[in-house]
Amino acid sequence: MAKVKCAWFDFASCEGCQVELTNLGSTFLALLEHVELVEFREVMSEKTTGKIDIAFIEGSLTRETDEKRLMEIRERSNIVVAYGSCSVTGGINALKNHLEEDEFKKLVYAKDKDMRHLDSRMAKPISSVIKVDYDIPGCPISRDEFLRIVYQLVHQSEKIYTPSYPVCVECKLRETICRYEANDHCMGMVSLAGCGAPCPADGIPCEACRGLVRDSNQKSLEKVLINKGNLSERWAKDKSRMFTANFREEK
Amino acid sequence: MSEKNVHIKVNHVTRVEGHGNIVVDINNGSIEKCEWQVPEAPRFFEAMVVGRHYSEVARITSRICGICSIGHTIASVKATEDALGIEVSKQTKLLRRITKLGETFDSHILHIYFLIAPDLLNVQSVFPLVETHKEVVTRALRLKKLGSQWAGLISGRSTHPTKIIPGGLSALPKESDLAQLKKSILESLPDVEETAKLLLDLVPNLPEFNRETEYVGLVDDYEYGFYDGKIGSILPNGDRDSIELNEYKSVANEWVSPLSTAKYTKHKMESYMVGALARININFEMLHPKAKEMAMKLNFTLPCYNPYFNSVAQFIECVHSAYTTVDYIDQLLESGIKQENLVLPTKFGKGVGAADVPRGILFHEYIYDKEGFCTMGNCIIPTNQNHANIQLDMEKLVPEMLKDDLTEKQMELKLEMLVRSYDPCISCSTHYLKVKFKK
Repeated sequence: MAKVKCAWFDFASCEGCQVELTNLGSTFLALLEHVELVEFREVMSEKTTGKIDIAFIEGSLTRETDEKRLMEIRERSNIVVAYGSCSVTGGINALKNHLEEDEFKKLVYAKDKDMRHLDSRMAKPISSVIKVDYDIPGCPISRDEFLRIVYQLVHQSEKIYTPSYPVCVECKLRETICRYEANDHCMGMVSLAGCGAPCPADGIPCEACRGLVRDSNQKSLEKVLINKGNLSERWAKDKSRMFTANFREEK
Repeated sequence: MSEKNVHIKVNHVTRVEGHGNIVVDINNGSIEKCEWQVPEAPRFFEAMVVGRHYSEVARITSRICGICSIGHTIASVKATEDALGIEVSKQTKLLRRITKLGETFDSHILHIYFLIAPDLLNVQSVFPLVETHKEVVTRALRLKKLGSQWAGLISGRSTHPTKIIPGGLSALPKESDLAQLKKSILESLPDVEETAKLLLDLVPNLPEFNRETEYVGLVDDYEYGFYDGKIGSILPNGDRDSIELNEYKSVANEWVSPLSTAKYTKHKMESYMVGALARININFEMLHPKAKEMAMKLNFTLPCYNPYFNSVAQFIECVHSAYTTVDYIDQLLESGIKQENLVLPTKFGKGVGAADVPRGILFHEYIYDKEGFCTMGNCIIPTNQNHANIQLDMEKLVPEMLKDDLTEKQMELKLEMLVRSYDPCISCSTHYLKVKFKK
C-alpha cells in the first residue's frame, strides 16, 4: 500500500500540538511506515506544491491573508483535519473576540496600534472559511486520540468516532473525585470529552479546552458555578470564555 | 569585492517555531537590504488576561508557547505569587526546579536533533535520516520522549502543564515516580554520551562567525540561573551587572520596528542576546561539574561570541540538567515528599516573575484587583529580546560573506542557520509590550 501523504500547516497558534508529535517516541517511527510527511515547516525544510492526502491544520485565522492561504491548502488536500482547539473552535485566541479590535490592539501595542502590519481581527476556527472533514480538538491534542484517528483514516474506516458526551463521564470512569467535592469549580458537565479528563485528575478544573457539548446550557452552567462553585456572578459569566468564546453571542 | 547581485527572500524560515523571513538584496556588490522580518500573526495575550481570575492567568499565558509552556507557566505563576504575597515552600521550589530542568532538556534536544542537526548533516530534515542514520533518529526520539516525561512528571504534562498553580502544586508526585525518573535519566546517559560524540563530529561544520554583544540571563546564588534570581548581564569588557527583577523594564527597553509584529529590545549596547549561550557566558561557574567536563570535552571556551555555538551551549545545559535533577531527586527522597496545602494570597497588587526558559530570560508582570482579577498583564519573551541581535548579526555577516565571495545559496543557508541557532520561538514573541490597562 502506498504511504499516505500528510502535511502539517500552522496559523495563529503556539505550535504545541505539532510538538506533541515529537513526543511519540518509537511510535513515531511506526507511524512513518504508513505515512509520508510531505510538509511540516516546524521540523522540515522540504515543501510541496502537489496533492496532499491529509492536511493537518493547527491554529486559528486572524487575518485576511490567512484565508487565501487556507483555501489554497484546501484545494490540493483530499482530507482536511482541524488539528488542535485553535483550529477547531478558535481556542485560546478567541479569548480576545469579546473585545473591540481597537481595544485589544491598544492594550498590547498602545500608541503603535495602527501600524499596518499589526492587523488582527476576530480569531476564527478554520471551518469558518473551508470545509473541514474531521476535528482533533484539545489544548493540547491528545496523542492517543490523534493516533486513533490517523489509524482510522489510513485504513479508511467508515466512521471516525469522537465522543459527544461530557468530560464528567470520563472522570467517573477513572474515578476522579469531583472538583465540586474538593471545594473547587469545574466545567466538565458542559465540556466535550475525549481527552480522558486529565485536568480534574491533576487537581484543576476542566475549562472546556475541547469546546462545549451540543446544546450546553450556559445559563445553568452559570448557576452551578455560582451556587456550587462559589464563583462571583462576574466570574461565572466569563468562565466559559476561556477556550470557547466563539460560542458566545457577540456584543 | 565582486560586482555581485544577490536576492534572498526566505519566506517563513523552516525548522523554527513560528514565522520569520530573511530578506537580502545586493545589487552590483552593494548591500541595499538586509533584514530579519517577523510577520507572525499577533495574538494579544496581554489583552486576554485582563479580567481573568488569578487562578486562570498562567493557564492562559502558558498557551503563548507550545515548546516552553512550562517556562511560561512558571514565570506567570511566580509573578502572580509575587503580586499576591505568596511565598511557596522549599519543597515546591525544588519540584518546580526539576520541572524547569526537564523542559530545558526537552526543548534543547528538540532543537539540537530536529532543527539544527539536519543542516550539519546536509539534509532537509531529520526524516531522511531514518534511512541513512536510523540510530540517530531513534536516539533523538528516545531522548525527546524522556524530556517530555521528565518535564511532565511533576507538572502534569510537558505541553500546557496542569499542576503548577499559584501557591504550590495541585497534586504531588509519588516518591516512587521520582525514583523512576532518576532511573530513566541515569539510563539515558549512554545516549547523552553518543550525542556528545555526534556534536564533536559536527562542531567543525559550524560557521566561524563572531560578534561581541551583551549577554543577559538570570543569576541565582542557589543554582545555575533557570528558576529564580536577579537579572544578570555581562559586557564584552567583562563588566557585570545585577538588576532587581522589578526593574526589568530598564533592561528590556522596547521599541516597535516596522519589520516586525514583535518588539525589539536593547540594554547597554545596541542589542543583547539571551538563551543558552548567554546563560553559559554569565553562569559558567554554576554549572554542574559534569557539565563543565562536557564543555572541556567539546572544546567550548569562554567568552564565546559565536551565535552558531548556541546549540553547543544547549547541549552542555542538557548535561547540567540531567545531573542536577538526579541530585535534587536524591534530596527529595532523603527528606521524603510531604503533603502540603496550597499557600493562600495575603494581598492583591502588582508582581513580577521571571524564569530563564530554553530560549532565554522571560518576564511576566501582572496587577490584580482586590477580588483577584487581573487588570494588567505584560510578558517579555526571550525571542523578542533576540530579534535586534539577530538583525545586527546579519548586518555583520552579510558583508563578510560577500567578501568571501559566497554564492547566493551558500549565503542563504548560512543566514538560515544563523536564525535557527537562536532557536527562535516567534509565535511567542509577538505579544510583548508595556501594557497599561486603562479603565
